[in-house]
Amino acid sequence: MTVPRFWRKQQNRYNLIGTKCETCGQYFYPPRNFCPDCRRDGKIIKNQFKGTGKVVTFSIIRSAGDQFSRLTPYVIAIIELDEGSRLTSQVICEIDEVYIGMPVKQTFRRLGTDGESGAIFYGTKFIPA
Amino acid sequence: MREVAVIGVGCTKFGENWDTSFRNLFVEAGALALDDANLSGEQIEEMFVGNMSAGRFVEQEHVGALIADYAGLATDNIPSTRVEAACASGGLAFRQAFTTVASGMADIVVAAGVEKMTDVGTEVTTDVLAAAADREWEGIAGVTFPGLYAMIATLYMDRYGLTREQLAQVAVKNHANGVKNPNAQFRKAITIDTVINSTLVADPLRLFDCSPVTDGAAAVILAPMERAREFTDAPVRVLASSQASSTIALHDRKDICTLDATVAAGNRVFEMAKVERKDIDFVEVHDCFTIAELCAIEDLGFCKKGEAGKLTEEGVTAFDGSLPINPSGGLKACGHPVGATGVKQVYETVKQLRGDAKGRQLDAEIGMTHNVGGTGATVVCNILRRV
Repeated sequence: MTVPRFWRKQQNRYNLIGTKCETCGQYFYPPRNFCPDCRRDGKIIKNQFKGTGKVVTFSIIRSAGDQFSRLTPYVIAIIELDEGSRLTSQVICEIDEVYIGMPVKQTFRRLGTDGESGAIFYGTKFIPA
Repeated sequence: MREVAVIGVGCTKFGENWDTSFRNLFVEAGALALDDANLSGEQIEEMFVGNMSAGRFVEQEHVGALIADYAGLATDNIPSTRVEAACASGGLAFRQAFTTVASGMADIVVAAGVEKMTDVGTEVTTDVLAAAADREWEGIAGVTFPGLYAMIATLYMDRYGLTREQLAQVAVKNHANGVKNPNAQFRKAITIDTVINSTLVADPLRLFDCSPVTDGAAAVILAPMERAREFTDAPVRVLASSQASSTIALHDRKDICTLDATVAAGNRVFEMAKVERKDIDFVEVHDCFTIAELCAIEDLGFCKKGEAGKLTEEGVTAFDGSLPINPSGGLKACGHPVGATGVKQVYETVKQLRGDAKGRQLDAEIGMTHNVGGTGATVVCNILRRV
């Protein structure tokens, strides 16, 4: 992922900042700038998520793309944040430790690099809570 | 809207076609379809080509013009459009061709799909396919495409009690069908043990739960029903074609185990075709992974959620069952050249309905296709009927 493409979302990725629709009260992480339910009646504001949630489902990645092949096997999960939105993230734990419903919390980690000499990207991953 | 018929079909052998180029794959499928429709080529008025990622697989964009050129149609300057919806690109090309003929914009229209996937290594292929999901919010976390379907499978098994053996039976059944299909990538029967002892790719999915990486192309030619008999004695009518979209990311679905775009496209295609589920004689569904076939059977409304594993185990979806699913071998055994798959499904359906499916012929009057892009962000369904 190129540097400007990553930087645009740096605030969101570093600090788990998403959005909220003030009209209907729905939370969005990943952030949305348009509420899919209220559409033009929606009012979107920034929202700082608490950073806690639970595992909805998971998998262990054994065969990865070139950016992640050094990390295999690793745990990937869909996490439901306490506010209700869902996101996809790695969970930093033993591969036999993860289960459906496992409580997790955010942590600041390296996400990847842009090639061998490129920028290093940081952001949010999750650990058992 | 005019009635639309398929008047000719063509398909290459699917597999690791290292001696054939991207453009020649298409030319081969196109020539077979022209032959089948008794067309010389100059009658073709327009083309739609489904292709997911020639830009990354063979570093070629501008695929519509390239294909028209090497099909010998550049001198006629016909409109040729590449369409893309990841693994549903072929289905989308077919639907575009269908609406073009139905609307009266053109009479003789080609729908084709082509993908050349084996010119790059596995890690690059994995990365290209991950682009079918949300790159900024799924791919960046390191989730692979099999990893996304694996997360559907994890939740599905937990919720509905699907067994590892029931899931494996989907691959066993599709390999059994692939043995009888001369175009299939894998023509080898496997057992449940083959599947459950194969390498883990993304738990719980193993290598034999996954469709392979494939080169291949397919082409079909559409015409208004009223002109179909100028070209063929055995036209097949397209009763309906539907398309639906849903969230690009799996995590945003209302239910992780339900492809709501399949539900929507399914409901629309049945309504448009004016037929019932019980009228369908067989379905070519999008089994990019074993779990995907089970979700498809349920989301299309052929059984309740959570029951497809049991139906598969009982043989209902087998070649000699009451609702054969993927008589071609599906994506699992026939192969999955992503942009070509949606057109190959129509090719197979037409072959079956015309009685041309040598060695794997069903007794069928109405067939259905179901093509998925990504984890269900785009779905195309078609229903075809013998005339």
